[in-house]
Amino acid sequence: MRGVYLDNAAATFVDPRVKAVMEPFWLKDYGNPGSFHAMGLRALRAMNSARSNIAKVLNCSSDEVVFTGCGTESVNLALKGVFLANRSKGKHIITSKVEHKAVLEACKYLEKYEGAKVTYLPVNKYGQVSASNLEKAIRPDTILISVMYANNEVGTINHISELSGVARKHNVLFHTDACQAGLLNINVKKLGVDLFSMNGSKVYAPKGVGLLFVRKGVNVVPMLHGGGQEFGLRSGTENIAFIVGFSKALQLMQKERKAECARVVKLREKLVKGILNSIPKVIVNGHPKERLPGNVNISFLDIEGESLLLYLNEKNIFASSGSACTSKSLDPSHVITALGWPYEVAHGSIRFTLGRRTTSADIDHVLKVLPGAVQKLRTLSPVRLKYG
Amino acid sequence: MAEPWFYTDVVKEHFFKPHNIFNSEEEIKGYEADGVGEVGSPACGDVMKMFIKVKDDRIVDCKWQTFGCASAIASTSVLSVMVTEKKGMLLDSALKIKPDDIVSRLGELPIRKFHCSVLGHRALRAAIKDYFKKSGQKKRVVDDEPFVCGVKK
Repeated sequence: MRGVYLDNAAATFVDPRVKAVMEPFWLKDYGNPGSFHAMGLRALRAMNSARSNIAKVLNCSSDEVVFTGCGTESVNLALKGVFLANRSKGKHIITSKVEHKAVLEACKYLEKYEGAKVTYLPVNKYGQVSASNLEKAIRPDTILISVMYANNEVGTINHISELSGVARKHNVLFHTDACQAGLLNINVKKLGVDLFSMNGSKVYAPKGVGLLFVRKGVNVVPMLHGGGQEFGLRSGTENIAFIVGFSKALQLMQKERKAECARVVKLREKLVKGILNSIPKVIVNGHPKERLPGNVNISFLDIEGESLLLYLNEKNIFASSGSACTSKSLDPSHVITALGWPYEVAHGSIRFTLGRRTTSADIDHVLKVLPGAVQKLRTLSPVRLKYG
Repeated sequence: MAEPWFYTDVVKEHFFKPHNIFNSEEEIKGYEADGVGEVGSPACGDVMKMFIKVKDDRIVDCKWQTFGCASAIASTSVLSVMVTEKKGMLLDSALKIKPDDIVSRLGELPIRKFHCSVLGHRALRAAIKDYFKKSGQKKRVVDDEPFVCGVKK
């Protein structure tokens, strides 16, 4: 049994169609795109075509697409690079409390070592940043706003074009972390963003490749210095196989997006309804409608997430949790707590993220296992939280 | 080939087949404990509650409830076995159980889990203290330092 993999927000499999286009670059076309010979030229052409295909998907021009090593690198380049290039104009950055750690930790780094002032905006009970809150936070020295497109834990989608409009009105650069947004509209012109981060491992491409869209005219100081690859913004020999795979993966995902969204949303609703019908004392986290097609995040009261994950794991169901026990720190999910829930609700949160291989039978299996597992752990637990 | 797991086999055994547990709400309500102790908080992510029955200064029966991760559940389970095996542990010996004793019975625990997982011994001490109070042995009551969890508030 391959198991019921419901952790697609953490990593996806590599689509066989993606794997196929990467194949020539291991044994045959392994040249360095910077080399002045036929092998190099073949690599360069493959890279250029991958870049231009991604540019079409994003609705930007090829020289606005910078390939990186992962989503975290893209985010770090955006935040630190823009800060260093624009610090003479001001040192204020605005972001939100529910961002991925890549954004939050890059901001903390800038606060600690570069004298940045960072405002961490609160979110509504679903996890969204409001345009009016954002506008109120803008100061004369604000140089960058970074708000995520869709939240990796609770799946809530932000109104990016509205938020970027506020930024534009005040002449402030706007970056969005779109690492979870492969199934959403990723037209950067429509979104109105200046910078946009994505990575391969959430869109059925391999781990270890990312991209940063940098709108023409936006100044960014590079983090990696060397041979001047990627328009001078990211030195280092380009990872051709992964870049070609990433490009193919994004094209496929966007091409199949409408049908896949409809399919996955149906499965998501089946899972949520099934849980609500069979398990008492649960809280559905995130926005009911404005959410990623495949994200279900639920707090099971009176039990702790890690225990439930391991019960599910025993039945070949692979999910994730916002519990402190599964985090590297001893703190529970900063996202669930930012939604206004107390720690005890965050400890019991489980995230199921559906993907391209998720079937209706998978959901049936989860709904068969979950009620019993929750009941067993609740009988073991001395906690009886108030509910409703 | 067996799938890899996160803790020792003993932890796994106690987590999936916990000893000395209640099987229903009715059992919990019907249990006539001589002493009950509870420590931790849901906000911290760990709560342990121990119920003991005492005869001739020995723990003759012990039940428990735990809210927490796998290692927390396994720790409390193994502790309940430790105090009830061999006709039951003398109360004075039970009071001497240290977190390390629980961990060594489990094989080992990740350092990060140590702090919360072995909270069970505090719950046991609280249960014994409760028994001393209820049975009029006030002189034997020893107060523990309050337990502080690591979660930032």
